[in-house]
Amino acid sequence: MAENKRSPVRELTKGIIKENPTLVMLLGMCPTLAVTTQAMNGIGMGLATTFVLLGSNIVISALRRVIPDKVRIPSFIVIIASFVTLIGFLLEGFVPSLYDSLGIYLTLITVNCIIFGRAEMFASKHGIGVSILDALGMGLGFTLALFLMGSVREILGSGKWMGLTIPLISESPMLLFIMPAGGFFTLGCIIAAVNKIAKRKPPCEVGCSECPHAESCGGRAGDKP
Amino acid sequence: MKTLLVILMSAMLTDNFVLSKFMGICPFLGVSKKLDSASGMGIAVTFVMICATIVTYPIHHGILVPNHLEYFDTVVFILVIALFVQIVETVLKKTIPSLYKSLGVYLPLITTNCAVLGVTVLNIDNGYGFLQSIVSALGAGLGFMLALVIFSGVRRKLEFADIPETFKGVPATLIAASIVSVSFMGFSGLFG
Repeated sequence: MAENKRSPVRELTKGIIKENPTLVMLLGMCPTLAVTTQAMNGIGMGLATTFVLLGSNIVISALRRVIPDKVRIPSFIVIIASFVTLIGFLLEGFVPSLYDSLGIYLTLITVNCIIFGRAEMFASKHGIGVSILDALGMGLGFTLALFLMGSVREILGSGKWMGLTIPLISESPMLLFIMPAGGFFTLGCIIAAVNKIAKRKPPCEVGCSECPHAESCGGRAGDKP
Repeated sequence: MKTLLVILMSAMLTDNFVLSKFMGICPFLGVSKKLDSASGMGIAVTFVMICATIVTYPIHHGILVPNHLEYFDTVVFILVIALFVQIVETVLKKTIPSLYKSLGVYLPLITTNCAVLGVTVLNIDNGYGFLQSIVSALGAGLGFMLALVIFSGVRRKLEFADIPETFKGVPATLIAASIVSVSFMGFSGLFG
C-alpha cells in the first residue's frame, strides 16, 4: 500500500471498482445493510460518508507528523467524530427528510470501519493530495455500492425506484426485501455476483485484512482456519 | 418492573441489534466461526455496553445537557468508549489474567463496534431513565450474544454444505444470516 509510484488517477479509481470498500473489501457492512431500503437513502448515506471521509483524510494526513503514534487511534476517533457532528448539523439544517430517515446510522458513521481503515492505512502515511483522491474514490465506491443495494431492494421490495413506479412488481411487491432479512440476502447475492464477474477467489476473511485492529489482535479474533 | 422486562426482552429479541438493527455486523460475521469465540465476544460486548451506559448516562444528563452541549454526544461518547475499553483491558491484564487471556483479543475490536456506540446513543434518544438504560444495554448485549451463538451453530453446518463456487465464503454466510434474521422476525409484535 505504501508505494508512492501510483498515478493520481489510479488512487481515485481504485476505490470505485478494484478495491471497492463494501463489495470487495467487505467494510462498512452496518450502514450498507441498514439504510438501503431505498435507493435515495443509499445515495444520501454514501455522500454523507464521503464527506466525513474526505474531511478526516485531509485533517489526518495534514497532521500525520504531529500526532504521536501511541495516541493516534483516539486522535483519529475525535477527528472523525467531529466531522460526523458537522454533517449531522448540515443535514438537519438543509435536508431534514434525509436526516430523519438516516436516524441513528448517521451518528454511527463515526465507527464505520471504512473511514477508520482509510485513516490508519492511507491518510496517516500519505500526503494531502493523494489522500483527497483516495477519499473521493473510496467514498464514490461506497456510494455506488449503497445505490446498487438500495435500487435492488427498493425495486423488489416496494415496486418503486427513485420516485418512479415499476409496473408488474408494484402490484405485489416482495416485502421481505425491505425487511432486515432481505438486506442480508441482497448483499450476499450482490457479492456473489461480483465474485462471478471478477472471477475472483472469494475472500475467506471478513474484513480482517483491512481492519485497523488486525495488528493488535493478530487475526486471532477472526479464527483463521 | 413490567416496563423493565419489556425493554429487556425487546432489546434482546424483537429489536435484536445484529439481526434487525444491523449493528455489530463485522464481529457477527468475523467472530462467529466457533462457539467459544462467539460466546467470549458476546460476554465482552455485553460487559462494555453496560459499563459504557453507566458512564455515558451521567455525562449526558449531568454535564452536557445543563451546558447545552448535547451535540457533543458523539465525540464524547466514542472517546469514553475507547477510553473504557482501554481501562478494562489494562485492569483485566493486571488483576484477572485468565479472563484477560480469553477476552483480551476481542477488546480492541469493541471500540469500533457500532453496537456499543449505538446502544448508548439510542438510550439517550429514547429518553430512558438510568435503570432503564442499563436494562436496555443488558438486553442489547444479551441479544448480540444470542445472535452470535445461534449463528456459530449455523456456520458449523454451513462448513460441510456443498455450496456453488461463487457463493462460497461471505455470500453464503450472508444468506444464512438472512435466514436466521427471518426466524427472529417471528418475535416481532411479541412485546407491543
